[in-house]
Amino acid sequence: MIEVNIYRYNPETDRFPYMQKFNFEMPDRDIMVLELLNSLKESDPTISYRRSCREGVCGSDGMSINGKNGLACITPVSEVTKGNKLELRPLPGLPVVRDLVVDMTEFYAQYEKIKPFLQNDTPSPNQERLQSPSDRDKLDGLYECILCACCSTSCPSFWWNPDKFVGPAALLQAYRFIADTRDTRTEERLDSLSDPFSVYRCHGIMNCVSVCPKGLNPNKAIGEIKSMLLTNRRHEAEIIASDGGGRS
Amino acid sequence: MVGHLNKDNIHTLEFDALIVGGGGSGMRTSLELAKSGLKTAVVSKVFPTRSHTVSAQGGITCAIQSADPHDDWRWHMFDTVKGSDYIGDQDAIEYMCSEGPKAVFELEHMGLPFSRFENGRIYQRPFGGQSKDFGNGGQASRTCAAADRTGHALLHTLYQNNVKEGANFLNEWFAVDLVKNKFNEITGVIAFSIESGEVAYLKSRATVLATGGAGRIYASTTNALINTGDGLGMSLRAGFPAQDMEMWQFHPTGIHGAGSLVTEGCRGEGGYLINADGERFMERYAPNAKDLAGRDVVARSMVLEILEGRGCGPNKDHVLLKLDHLGEEILNAKLPGICELSKTFAGVDPVYKPIPVVPTCHYMMGGTPTNIHGQAFSSENEVDNEIPGLFSVGEAACVSVHGANRLGGNSLLDLVVFGRAAGLHINEDLKSGGGVEEANIDDIESALYRLNKLNESNSGFEVAEVKRELQEVMQNFFGVFRRGEYMEKGVKALEEIRDKCDNLHLHDKSDSFNTNRVEALELQNLLEVAEATAISSLKRNESRGAHARDDFPERDDENWLCHSLYDPTKKDLRKRQVNFQPNTMEAFPPKVRAY
Ligand SMILES: Cc1cc2nc3c(=O)[nH]c(=O)nc-3n(C[C@H](O)[C@H](O)[C@H](O)COP(=O)(O)OP(=O)(O)OC[C@H]3O[C@@H](n4cnc5c(N)ncnc54)[C@H](O)[C@@H]3O)c2cc1C
Ligand code: SF4
Ligand code: SF4
Ligand code: FES
Repeated sequence: MIEVNIYRYNPETDRFPYMQKFNFEMPDRDIMVLELLNSLKESDPTISYRRSCREGVCGSDGMSINGKNGLACITPVSEVTKGNKLELRPLPGLPVVRDLVVDMTEFYAQYEKIKPFLQNDTPSPNQERLQSPSDRDKLDGLYECILCACCSTSCPSFWWNPDKFVGPAALLQAYRFIADTRDTRTEERLDSLSDPFSVYRCHGIMNCVSVCPKGLNPNKAIGEIKSMLLTNRRHEAEIIASDGGGRS
Repeated sequence: MVGHLNKDNIHTLEFDALIVGGGGSGMRTSLELAKSGLKTAVVSKVFPTRSHTVSAQGGITCAIQSADPHDDWRWHMFDTVKGSDYIGDQDAIEYMCSEGPKAVFELEHMGLPFSRFENGRIYQRPFGGQSKDFGNGGQASRTCAAADRTGHALLHTLYQNNVKEGANFLNEWFAVDLVKNKFNEITGVIAFSIESGEVAYLKSRATVLATGGAGRIYASTTNALINTGDGLGMSLRAGFPAQDMEMWQFHPTGIHGAGSLVTEGCRGEGGYLINADGERFMERYAPNAKDLAGRDVVARSMVLEILEGRGCGPNKDHVLLKLDHLGEEILNAKLPGICELSKTFAGVDPVYKPIPVVPTCHYMMGGTPTNIHGQAFSSENEVDNEIPGLFSVGEAACVSVHGANRLGGNSLLDLVVFGRAAGLHINEDLKSGGGVEEANIDDIESALYRLNKLNESNSGFEVAEVKRELQEVMQNFFGVFRRGEYMEKGVKALEEIRDKCDNLHLHDKSDSFNTNRVEALELQNLLEVAEATAISSLKRNESRGAHARDDFPERDDENWLCHSLYDPTKKDLRKRQVNFQPNTMEAFPPKVRAY
């Protein structure tokens, strides 16, 4: 028997959120947190949460599980219960719609802001654009993001400035397109990130890396962007110096 | 949603085209329309990238002549016709296979991160049922892949390009029912915002059902929890037919217990199945293609091994997929997602140990019958009648390119080829003045019926219980092997379940993110699909493709070389001719299907 505490809030009936306690009889095999939630929902159909694929690929069920963000569907109950207790809360930092469901508008807005699509200004060939396996390898660790928001909602910088700091998830995608040899807008992409907030609010706290359920490393991608911005700046400074500051 | 809903207390939003479904097929359609300047919206019950397409692993099959510069789309067409056990429409298959390369290159141009060969071209792997030279040249490698995450790569790429084109999305909106006017035309849908509970009549000149599959009619399935056949439920309730509903694909390699899929690409890369004796048993059942025979053939062989006592584990209820001989490096490079899934759901690292697998419900070959433009139709006395305003694409539709058995990698191709075709057609049609008449108050009230009934329920049956009952009936009576007497019991049981589905108790009446309401509506859709499946299976008295009957073990071309068309108003089956008239070549005549 384990004690499960779930964050409950229905804006129509609750003035304040509260934690509701359930006693849960574990079956004789280990189960995932999502399965546990599904069982509880059978007895209390009002518990609300998102879910779709139930195998860690759609990114629906990010939530705070005993204080750490993760996907309910691939988190085994045995690995996260502490002292027979399990606490489930919505992802932190975003407005709660109801129970474990958060409003992701701000998160998606940051994603759209980085222009998350390939841009190539040359005419498309009749076949595919060629890309060597080693160039394609550069996208590994980037393209696999499932937009679950576990990282961004664990990042203090994102909590404070969700509208200005792009956040780890969208920055990872920004770098995914910068790193793609088929994309021709690298400069423009870097320019759009060069203000004091978009990237520079990341202070390397690394929460994002430790929670990503897909094992991705947004901090590393952010580091790459920062160093490209630096080289770019230096490059620009050199040009300015060499032609006496006059730019054509 | 307070009080009884009617036309006057809900909003009306007007569109030129409405796409219900933000999976691969819906988003390919919307991409075409977003560029057109028409007022379009995609309605999806989940944020688009959470659609089931994201789970597709192995790849998209297409003769792009990368692995083999001499590959030919006609060979792909031959394989698909043979795979379908000859009830795939040859004009549609011809269209898909010949248009395919264009559609795949387009995806690449949009940014899809395909894996690559040394020469920089798209990586292709072997999949089941693929051959060169019309079955005479050995195994082909025709499935284009982004590692084993092709669906994820495809779905995200399509979403990204929809963002780029400024497509309009109604995310986390649930479509309840079609609005049908007195001329039998579809004028849009009733839908509500899951987040706020706001109900609206989404009025449209063209409505496209791209709602995906319904694997959740079975207790054990590779499908996402949201795959509840909503679109098909809506069209069946509106009285429109569904085609080939007895044809459900059971994928050979679902993880035992969890149901999660491990891609056929595992066997494409050199993995194989073994029984309790460690024997590679597919060599006995399919001496040539072995583990890469058609999916129906492999699934049946596995069940026979288990029935004959050669299953593995304490209950002898599964077989094993062996991959360790491929080596860690290949597994990590080509099948990283599978290694992850296997560790999570089977507790097994395939680098060292084989994965326990069983045939698991995977894909719905049937669906709303359409032509190659996505136009839905009903059919009577050998004449197909278009349903004005109604279109369907993707797994929800039956165009039919998969016939009685789909080949691996052909669904993703189906999504993008026919998604695009439907978009182009709707665009032209609407720009040349196409459209439908108005619906009246009663038409709209009818489409609000289910919602009102649930909202007003004070007692009744529990959603979760009835759902479990339904899934067990389907699992027990309509699985890999079927028999008339059992299926009759199944059909009876479903009649009782229908009564319960008509009298569900909605506990939660609130408006904000009420998943209780969503699940109740989904269950009613599952029932429609289950019943269509059950009656179609019972009435097709032969074995063909995925439909295997103990009591009619042979294929019967004389009587059943045809589509089945289920009529929900009569709960009966009609026959419909298969197309044997491709445009550019001779048709492939039916032959014995051996692998
Ligand atoms: C595990 C797995 C692996 C697979 N691998 C492959 C593969 O490698 N290659 C291949 O070709 N095929 C594969 N398939 C099959 C293929 O993935 C599916 O057939 C295909 O993705 C279906 O796409 P779709 O666009 O038709 O529907 P989906 O992607 O299922 O999308 C359905 C959409 O409809 C929306 N929707 C549904 N009901 C409603 C409603 N009531 N209101 C509003 N919106 C609604 C959903 O929100 C969703 O956006 C695989 C399938 C599975 C299960
Ligand atoms: S490393 Fe940067 S992005 Fe990641 S959590 Fe820390 S501050 Fe946020
Ligand atoms: S980077 Fe990881 S944690 Fe962040 S959104 Fe993507 S998958 Fe989720
Ligand atoms: S339900 Fe899809 S990631 Fe958990």
